[in-house]
Amino acid sequence: MTAHLETGPRLDDPDALYEALMAAYRDLPDAEALKLSAKLVLLLANHIGDAAVVREALAIASGRTDG
Amino acid sequence: MPKTYENPRFDYRRCADQQPGAVAHHPVVVVGAGLVGLTAAVDLATRGVPCLLLDDDDTVSFGSRAICFSKRSLEIADRLGVGGRFLEKGITWNRGKVFLKDREVYAFDLLPEPGHAYPAFVNLQQYYPEEWLVERARELGLTEIRWKNRVTEVVQEDARVRLTVETPDGPYAITCDWLLACDGARSQVRRCLGLEFKGQVFKDRFLIADVIMKADFPTERWFWFDPPFHPGQSVLLHRQADDVWRIDFQLGWDADPEAEKQPERVLSRLKAMLGERDFELEWVSVYTFQCRRLDRFRHGRILFLGDSAHQVSPFGARGGNGGMQDADNLCWKLAAVLEGTAPETLLDSYDDERVPAADDNILNSTRSTDFITPKNAASRAFRDAVLELSGQQAFARRLVNSGRLSLPWGNAGSPLSTPCDEPGGVALPPGAPCPGAPCPGAPCPDAPVERDGRPDWLLRQLGDGFVLLLALAPDTPLPASLAALAREVPAIRPLLIAPAPRDAGGLPLLVDGQGLAAARCGLVPGTALLFRPDQHLAARWPAFDAAAVRAARDRALGIVSDQERKAVAS
Ligand SMILES: Cc1cc2nc3c(=O)[nH]c(=O)nc-3n(C[C@H](O)[C@H](O)[C@H](O)COP(=O)(O)OP(=O)(O)OC[C@H]3O[C@@H](n4cnc5c(N)ncnc54)[C@H](O)[C@@H]3O)c2cc1C
Repeated sequence: MTAHLETGPRLDDPDALYEALMAAYRDLPDAEALKLSAKLVLLLANHIGDAAVVREALAIASGRTDG
Repeated sequence: MPKTYENPRFDYRRCADQQPGAVAHHPVVVVGAGLVGLTAAVDLATRGVPCLLLDDDDTVSFGSRAICFSKRSLEIADRLGVGGRFLEKGITWNRGKVFLKDREVYAFDLLPEPGHAYPAFVNLQQYYPEEWLVERARELGLTEIRWKNRVTEVVQEDARVRLTVETPDGPYAITCDWLLACDGARSQVRRCLGLEFKGQVFKDRFLIADVIMKADFPTERWFWFDPPFHPGQSVLLHRQADDVWRIDFQLGWDADPEAEKQPERVLSRLKAMLGERDFELEWVSVYTFQCRRLDRFRHGRILFLGDSAHQVSPFGARGGNGGMQDADNLCWKLAAVLEGTAPETLLDSYDDERVPAADDNILNSTRSTDFITPKNAASRAFRDAVLELSGQQAFARRLVNSGRLSLPWGNAGSPLSTPCDEPGGVALPPGAPCPGAPCPGAPCPDAPVERDGRPDWLLRQLGDGFVLLLALAPDTPLPASLAALAREVPAIRPLLIAPAPRDAGGLPLLVDGQGLAAARCGLVPGTALLFRPDQHLAARWPAFDAAAVRAARDRALGIVSDQERKAVAS
């Protein structure tokens, strides 16, 4: 069975995670912010470890499908 | 400027074809005595096929271009009789390091497992192998090389190709049956046929400096991103023969190529990098790199090989290596067509096999170039993210791409291969990979073997014809029909292989004492492998069957119908 990207709500405390993300980005100049996003994408993609799932996320994120 | 190498000069000589009114005919003409044209001419000569080789210059490559020769190219050179010279003269290496600023972030070892005649890579200036191939062509005596003979016009007629050749004594005309266009990236043959050379130019410039120095750097490929001595750009350091080191400085698109080539400018860049070390400049040039190819490499009686067919950026060492593999793929096919053992349509398989190989080279070198030269702020952010993570995070190291080094193409899905899941082949679920490497289409891996008590290499034993490799256990009986295959046209030479000496019924026996040939070729007692004349696998079976072997050989020769079989046989 192939895995699918989970898009239903899964986080216990979404507000806290969102806050942590904002805090990490708050004082960064644009170039640093871009690099932080890139590092996050790479770390999480590797954690997922399934390129098909990451591609699904990529398609939704770039508006090529509405999921 | 070069100090360590003096280009040989080959004399122009007037020849009989130049008599007024003469239009001599040659079966095979090769245009361009560069790395690829010379490889093709020598390959044809080893197969007994004479050719006329025309070159517009009177020497080998001037200045250094290709330096990294991959294992498969070295194995091809071995078959052509010049492989040993690469090992003697060249620099064998297998480790590389990647630095970010002044820190090492990543080291790799191409893991040279023991038991191969040739290493993963040898570094050598391109003019050396070219010079050796000229010598080898003379030794074999079947190639007529005409220096200072520039092809200016090419016209394809129904049954032949007509060429105009310019010389110091003026132009002359000849015709040929087959034309091998090996005339490089600016191919005149391509221009004469009006063929489009499509692809992309990378918006970046690179300064290539060859430097003579006695340095204590280890024999490794070193690649820096954003080093303190050349901020914001990348630098590559690689060792060549004769104490010459190749240094590539990335300059960016806005650099002025003429200004960058000025010795003072180059020296100050080098001093920033090398400090007070003694060094001398050997060669400097500035390049823009591109990835492009022709739609098809066969155009009737004209076949394109090497840079005339496809051009790649040098990251990954795929230009010269890919071109040598083009010659390896084409020459046995052309020899079979000329000999009358294969239909002309066999030459279409050169496209089927080498166009995807070129695409693989272009894909890999484009990916490397995109990593080295990010296209915008976001791609730079990703690139830098990978580099910064790679120091601590193992997963990120595999994303660092300063060049994926050239591996031979496996010809997956080639029409010449008998798939493992066909009748007579191994029964496999659809789409399943074959048991054991190599799959049909791929080159044979090398391994140490013994023949008549003497150590040798599997690839050298395969040689350059069709070979049936049959794995035997000490007590398996020999199939009676094996010897008959050797007497057919074209012959299939049987080679038996066993873990220990045994009776071989007068047939050649390879002893695989270390079991490496068995492990690398997926051999168990009974396995039969059919190799093509370029040492690529044509078919694999769990047990020998003479009819299946003949059918697979015919398929590898592009013979698809009974009618064709009769026509070729008569
Ligand atoms: C900086 C740099 C580094 C590189 N590093 C590597 C590397 O490490 N490994 C690797 O594999 N590749 C490398 N390459 C690529 C490699 O040099 C080329 O792919 C290779 O030279 C192609 O060989 P060729 O014979 O097809 O063409 P060429 O070497 O260009 O030879 C073409 C020949 O045709 C002749 N000719 C041209 N026009 C005519 C005409 N009209 N009539 C008669 N003769 C003609 C020319 O004089 C020349 O002899 C590098 C290239 C560069 C620029």
